[in-house]
Amino acid sequence: MSRPRTLFEKIWRRHVVPPEGVTAEAEGLPATIYVDLHLVHEVTSPQAFTELAERGLPVRRPDLTLATMDHSTPTDPSIDDARLRVLDPEGSAQLDRLQANCERYGIPLYAMGDERRGIVHVIGPELGATQPGMTVVCGDSHTSTHGAVGALAFGIGTSEVGHVLATQCLLQHRPKTYEMRVDGRLPEGVVAKDIILAVIARLGIGGGTGHVFEYTGEAIRALDMEGRMTVCNMSIEGGARAGLIAPDEVTFSYLEGRPMAPAGDAWEAALDDWRSLPTDEGAVYDRTTTLDGSALEPMVTYGTNPGMAIPIAGAVPEDDAIEPEKRASFRKALDYMALEPGQQLQGKPIDVVFVGSCTNSRYSDLVAAANVLRGRKVADGLRVLIVPGSDAVKRQAERDGLAQVFVDAGAEWREAGCSMCLAMNGDQLAPGQYAVSTSNRNFEGRQGAGGRTFLASPLTAAASAITGRVTDVREVLS
Amino acid sequence: MSTSFTRYTGTMAPLPIQNIDTDQIIPASYLKVTDRSGLASGLFSRWRYRDGDPEGDPISDFVLNRAEHGAARILLAGDNFGCGSSREHAPWALVGYGFRAVISTSFADIFRSNALKNGLLVVPVAEDVSAALFDAVAADPATEVTIDLEAQALSLPGGGETNFEVDPFARRCLLDGTDQLGYLLNQAPAIQAFEATHPARLDTRSG
Ligand code: SF4
Repeated sequence: MSRPRTLFEKIWRRHVVPPEGVTAEAEGLPATIYVDLHLVHEVTSPQAFTELAERGLPVRRPDLTLATMDHSTPTDPSIDDARLRVLDPEGSAQLDRLQANCERYGIPLYAMGDERRGIVHVIGPELGATQPGMTVVCGDSHTSTHGAVGALAFGIGTSEVGHVLATQCLLQHRPKTYEMRVDGRLPEGVVAKDIILAVIARLGIGGGTGHVFEYTGEAIRALDMEGRMTVCNMSIEGGARAGLIAPDEVTFSYLEGRPMAPAGDAWEAALDDWRSLPTDEGAVYDRTTTLDGSALEPMVTYGTNPGMAIPIAGAVPEDDAIEPEKRASFRKALDYMALEPGQQLQGKPIDVVFVGSCTNSRYSDLVAAANVLRGRKVADGLRVLIVPGSDAVKRQAERDGLAQVFVDAGAEWREAGCSMCLAMNGDQLAPGQYAVSTSNRNFEGRQGAGGRTFLASPLTAAASAITGRVTDVREVLS
Repeated sequence: MSTSFTRYTGTMAPLPIQNIDTDQIIPASYLKVTDRSGLASGLFSRWRYRDGDPEGDPISDFVLNRAEHGAARILLAGDNFGCGSSREHAPWALVGYGFRAVISTSFADIFRSNALKNGLLVVPVAEDVSAALFDAVAADPATEVTIDLEAQALSLPGGGETNFEVDPFARRCLLDGTDQLGYLLNQAPAIQAFEATHPARLDTRSG
């Protein structure tokens, strides 16, 4: 029997293209890694297509490439194509460029108006395109999301997008493995988003650099697929390019019957293969960290990176709790957020609530938010945006009455897209505004110049929508 | 765009902030370009100009707006530089502005990879070296250092030098101008052979 291997190792080994002549890794050369699925969007691809055109190269595998429009698309239902051209000529030109590139190279594209369109990291799993054991890349750092199905998925730069378009391969050094073990059962009101915020708070945002996370433990196994996606999504915020969760029955029942998932005999064969993927007993990770899931609380960020997170009932740290060399950056973050050391966040008035982004815009996220908002009203003067991650999620939420719950509560029900996760499609905070957001980044200006972001779960966001203040969902529900 | 690097001597612009993310290096509002140019004015725009607007007033105490650092082509930054988004627009903006190298105690993975593909050298140094460099620049903004990629050496202001790590493949590419896409294209026969044993998992055109 071969020696025990981790899930990461198994996927990696299957995708190394054996070099001709040289023993690549032995000479410090990167490995050539074959890509099973390449996801493309409008923002990070134009320069890569230009490179191809300049060199007169074809796209090697359009059948393994899939494009969508998400980042610069408006989510205001009243903005149609013609209006977008006037409101945002540059964004509109970028969308046109993607369309032209996809037509030229025969790449399937889910353009505006297509029922399959949505945020790239929402539609991949939703279509069953991202499957266990695959390598998946995209010119987007949150490609780590797809690791939830047991695929090795990571973000790449635009030069690399060009490499994959032209060769279906990437030059990569093998990362190290990092087991992130979350034991125990999550308490009431604590969800996947709180797990990952707690992980990043523990490790710091550079803690996973050079590593691939594999999330293990009872609390992870108990998550549904969409919760697992939330966890893997934010692996990059811990510095790891990828996050993995071993495929299991939850994964298989999620994938079965999805449009691009294998069917019939191919499904049975795939299952056999996928069952061989989980990390073997006795396999060794380069590092391991363990968290007690039963001790977690709803988390909220106070600063300007996702590692600056605290339990919602806690307080912003005092200066002397911060290592001396980090104090200047800590102070800079608090200045930006207009917060004081030692301050409680709970009760802090807010201006906007954003439920959306590839972290938390799936159907179950909307269900969670709707369960809190049902029969209630959002606070006076508060702007609440609910932005489904895909057109499919939107339609399902409309069919099932969730959309009506949001509208009745006084929230805005929007078209699918990245929306206020990043300020490039018209949805953004005004300078000085505070938002509770279910997205993944609270960087300075991420949600609009001068905007201030508290990252939290959909439950916390919905509870805060009712009160107009940062609110512990457990108080609203009790 | 030149993607080579051998040796550079010059002054440093100090930015002693940790975890500088790519949203600060180049905000999303600049990501609507369809080429690589025109990003220099957006570089650090939220820290560089009032209201983040390049048409507006420069913020006088931001390092790039200070006369003594205006000509610096080496960025000396805090730990974990380039975290966050995978946008290659970040190194494009830095290179567009004129930066040749970034010195920090660590770099985010994707940023490092993107930078090296664009001739922007990332120079990781130990904490004491970083601290010494910040002190030296604070004492004398005209302090020069030399970065020698061939020798993987960084000269220190007080004399002496320190070695730095760089991915050997990226180093080779920077030194001799090897084009990484060309290198991959040369592997076409191996890729084809691999494809024969590795059937496609799906056909995206069937969705
Ligand atoms: S939702 Fe936000 S993080 Fe996700 S792909 Fe869009 S912009 Fe990136």
